[in-house]
Parts: sequence; structure tokens; C-alpha cells
Amino acid sequence: MLSIKNLQARVEDKAILKGISLEVKPGEVHAIMGPNGSGKSTLSHVLAGRSGYEVTGGSVTYQGKDLLDMKPEERAREGVFLAFQYPVEIPGVSNIYLLKAALNAIRKHRGDSEVDAMDFLPMVKARIKSLNLDEQFLYRGVNEGFSGGEKKRNEILQMAILEPSLCILDETDSGLDIDALKIVADGVNALRSPDRSFIMVTHYQRLLDYIKPDVVHVLAQGRIVKSGGPELAHELEEKGYGWIDQGATA
Amino acid sequence: MDYAEHYQTVSTDLPGHSLSWLQALRTRANIDFSTSGFPSPREEEWRYTNITPIEKKRFTPKVSAGDPSAAAELIQHHRLDDTWSLVFVDGVYSAGHSRLTGLPESIQILPISEALERYPEKVHTMLQQAADCETHGFIAFNTAYFRDGAFIVIPDKQVPERPIQLLHVSTQAEGLSVLRHLISLGIHAQATVIETYVGEKETACLTAAVTEIDLAANAHLDHYKLQNESDRTFHFGGIYSDQKASARFRQNHAAFGGLMARTEIHSHLGQAAECDLDGLFLASGRRHLDTHTILRHHGAHAVSRESYRGIASERGRGVFSGRIVVDPQAQKTDAEMNNRNLLLSDDAEIDSKPQLEIHADDVKCAHGVTVGQLSAESIFYLQSRGIDEASARNMLTFAFANEMVEKIRHDGHRQQVRDALLANLPQTDVRGDWL
Repeated sequence: MLSIKNLQARVEDKAILKGISLEVKPGEVHAIMGPNGSGKSTLSHVLAGRSGYEVTGGSVTYQGKDLLDMKPEERAREGVFLAFQYPVEIPGVSNIYLLKAALNAIRKHRGDSEVDAMDFLPMVKARIKSLNLDEQFLYRGVNEGFSGGEKKRNEILQMAILEPSLCILDETDSGLDIDALKIVADGVNALRSPDRSFIMVTHYQRLLDYIKPDVVHVLAQGRIVKSGGPELAHELEEKGYGWIDQGATA
Repeated sequence: MDYAEHYQTVSTDLPGHSLSWLQALRTRANIDFSTSGFPSPREEEWRYTNITPIEKKRFTPKVSAGDPSAAAELIQHHRLDDTWSLVFVDGVYSAGHSRLTGLPESIQILPISEALERYPEKVHTMLQQAADCETHGFIAFNTAYFRDGAFIVIPDKQVPERPIQLLHVSTQAEGLSVLRHLISLGIHAQATVIETYVGEKETACLTAAVTEIDLAANAHLDHYKLQNESDRTFHFGGIYSDQKASARFRQNHAAFGGLMARTEIHSHLGQAAECDLDGLFLASGRRHLDTHTILRHHGAHAVSRESYRGIASERGRGVFSGRIVVDPQAQKTDAEMNNRNLLLSDDAEIDSKPQLEIHADDVKCAHGVTVGQLSAESIFYLQSRGIDEASARNMLTFAFANEMVEKIRHDGHRQQVRDALLANLPQTDVRGDWL
């Protein structure tokens, strides 16, 4: 699915990613944990193609293609989805419009016809119900005045409708209370399938209680310093990140 | 000034010629206009809008009263079904196209030409109450030469069950439409008035409309204006309102059309009056769109909220001038004004001039202006959902404008404004059928 080799990136003159390598197979859920400033969010942004980051070395191959060579929209159309840590508010355009525009852009890329209005609305309504959101939510401006929990659920709604192959969740648990976290986790778990992979970037182990990862990586100072099974997350929870930082500098 | 003579010559058969007070008023206005002419950029309030091209033209009022079939389609498309409507074709009232069925006797909605015959005294008390010929030449011109307009009187505590639409259609090349609308709401009366201005494609004409609004204590008027005239039209529209104590005036203005167009919205706020001004202009092609607002807080405790958005694309030029004046006795005034603008091309220009003139010491006044580009963060968000950069920009531009459109409470008018917005956005691929 995704093969990252020795990826290095910087913002302006500051090197943030200093050689990351990662293999994600179809159906796998990878958690990337690390202290603030370790480069977690940078990694997800670089994978999604946000400008402002300069890739200075390494490669990223996604489904056999050079991911770094694609524009952000091409990555999305090829099945890469980034759930934002801070989803953007776009008053003046409704949620349903964005969903329709995004889905049709992806369908067009695949050579499919525009989604039929008769099929679209029932599909969206079913998804929205499972995320415990009100239908009126569809007709509000994109993320406009949404609570933190609503914004995150909206990201999961978009993900459910766009059906990506690789989902990158950037700090999806931040700012969520336990009930909202459960809803979001249920939404993600419902999307798990043998041909869909997840990369979950998170500071806390809490999210991993609800979405069980196959592999946990610890990122510190721009490098993966440790990888292991779900038990690694518990270890971090007990010991904190201090011992990792020491290990990274040693 | 040859043109002043021209307009005097062509303005024959104006209504109310048997009323001596009106004749006197028109004569004085004619003298004012002959002296001042159309406003010049030397006047401070017209600095950014040079209308000298109008001086070279010789617009002529429509002579025959018949309704050309050309107008029928435009009327069909723009007349709002759920309203009582007065339709003006090239500045002349069209009874055939207007819809006043079911109008209760207690409410007066009729053309001013007819009101001058039936209620001359009432017209006399309303005319020139909120607008002043000495302000500038366009108002004098309008007073001297108005041929028709609407006369709307809603008595105390009355609330008409339908909105009222004033639909203006321009069809005649080099035509001249001079309209004077009078709107009066009694104590605790409420109404919605929608002014719609549209024209035949490629028609070059001059529309000069003045609306005077008198709101008695606790009256509430929702007033909308859509200016979507043809590409070559000159448009001047002045809306002047006088709000008595606790009267509420909510105005929403959308300007897209014309070659050179200016809308003035001035309101005088009595004690504890409330005024909301929302507006949107999109100057595309080579258009010049000017909005000029003055809110005068005269009584204490009045509240005003003004929010304008402007977009200029291609070689379009927008002007926003917003002034808030707080008189010495207007303590506890609460006024906010903001103007956000978007420039879509290097050749586009927007001039924004907010002004606060505060003569009282216990007031809350704020204003803000921005001229900006689209947010890179928002563009990336949309790209990350599979939408290419150009489409993302189109969507965000539409969203910026549509926020003002969404404030329109009347469904039919909101739809028309949205259609006009989509039609005037250059190269947009925003899908109206998905909205």
C-alpha cells in the first residue's frame, strides 16, 4: 500500500523529518506516536501534499506510484485521505455541496459517472446517522461553528463517503471527550477492511484503546526510534516520552 | 451644459403637472440640476466614481406606453410569485405585468403617477422628506424628472401578508428610466420590499431611481435590492431612510450588473432605532460598482450593524464608502461596520473608505476593512478532498459571496441573487444544481 523510504523534509531552514522509513500493508492500522514537535503532523502533511514543506530526500511509493510527484488533489483521487487535526471552516458552502463535489471529482478520476442525487442522499443520510449527527448538519456551512467533536465526526463522514484506500488520521482524538471519541472510533472501525489501511498520528494512547493498531511506531526528533505491537503504546502511557527522547539523543 | 437642456426638453408629460406644489418642486430641482449637473469626481463623495461618460450620452424616455414582448420574458423570470408586484418597463408602470390581486383596502400599493391623482396630499408630505436635492445632482435630476415609481403606505400596526416587489426592466437602447419610490410604514407596521433591476442584454440606458423610506416608531422594514442590469447600463439608485424611535430597517443589497452603477443607502436613526446593512458587490468585466452608505445616529441607544463584501475580477472596479456619524446627543450608540474584499485579478481594483465621525463620548463604534486573497489553508483542505486548485478557488470565492446571499430571508429573492452571483462569477464551475 505505502512504502516510505528514508523520508526527509524541512520547513524553511529547519529539518523536521530526518529519515523516516515505514511499510504499510493493505488492511493494516499503524499508529504513530510521539511527543510534541517530533514531526508527527509534518509527516501526515507531507503525505497529503501540503505546500510549505520541502522534501529533501527519500521516497514515498503509494500503490506503486510516486506519491510525492502528485498534486494534493491527485493523491486524494488516488485514494489518500487526510483527516485534519484542525478542519477548516468554510462558511457559505454547505457540507452536502462539498461532499458532492469531492465525491464527483474522485468518481470522474476513476471514469465513473456523476453520482445520482437519488442514490447520494440516502447514502449520506445513513452514514450521518451512524455518526450520531443531525441531518441538518448537511446543510450547514462546512465546519461552520461546529464543536470540536462535530468537526472530527465530519472528517470521518467525508472519509466514509469518499472511501479512500489510505486514511491518515492526524490527532483525530485531540479535543474529544470520551463519548465523541467512541463515536469517532466506531466510525473508523466500521471502515476497516482488508484493502484499506490507516495511519493514526496521535500523542496519546487513549485512541488506541478504541482503534486497535497492528503496529505502533514512536517518532522522536524526526525519526522512528521504536516500533512494536500495541503493547508499546501502553509502555509509553506508563513511562511517558522522556525515555524515548533520551534514547534518540543517545 | 447641453445635457441639462436635453433632459428638460425630453421630459414632457410628467405626472402631476396640474399640482402646483409639485410644479414648484420640480422647477426648483430643475434649477438645482442645471446648476450642479451630474455629480463630478471633484465632489468628495464622488471621488472614486467618475460618471462623466453619462454627460456625453443623451438618454431619452420611452415614448410609447405599450409593453414590448422583449420585456415579457425578463418579467416572467424575475417577478416573484408570492409578492404583490409593481412592474416598470423602461421607467413606465405596466399595469398588465403588475400583480396586485387580493390587496386589502387598508394598504396602499400603487404607482406614484396614480397616487398623485388619488392621494396628492399624502405624496406631498412624503416627497423630499428623506432625500434632499442639494445632496447632489442625481437627486435633483430625479426630483425634476421622475416619471413614475411606487407609492407604498402601510398604516399603523398593519402587516401585509405578502412581500412587495418593485421590478424594473430596461429594454430600450439609450432609454431613460427615472423613478421615485415612496415607502411609509406606520407605528408598529411591518413590511418587506424587494427592488429588482434587470435589463435586456447589451442595452445601454440610464436608470436613476430614488427610494424614500419613512419608518414610524417601532415600524420594521426588510428592504432588498438586486441590481443586475445589462452590461452597458448606467445605474444610480439612492435609498434614503428616516427611522423614528425604535424603528427597524434591515437592508440587503446585491450589485452585479451595469457598466457603471452606484447605490447609495443613507439612514437617519432615531432613538433606539436598529439598522442592519448587508451587501455584496461583484465587479467583473469592466464594470464599476460603487456603494455609498451613511448611517447617521441621531438618537441615543440606536444600534447599527453593517457588513459589506466586495469582489473585483478581470478589470472590474469596486468602491465601498461607509460612513457612520454619531450626533452629540446620540449617547450609547452601538455601531459596527466591516467591509471585506477579494481581488481576483491584477487589473481589478477596490477602493474602500470607512469613516467614523463621532461627536458623542459614550459610544461603542468599531470598523474594519480587509482586502485579501483566498486562504491557502482552505484551498489545501479542498484539494485534499480531490478538488483541483482552480475549482477550490472558485468554490471559496463563491462561499465568500454566498455568505451574504444566505442572509436574505425571502426564498425567491435569495434564489435570484444566487443565480445572478453564479452568472457573474468569471469562469466558475460551482454547480448551481448541487447547492
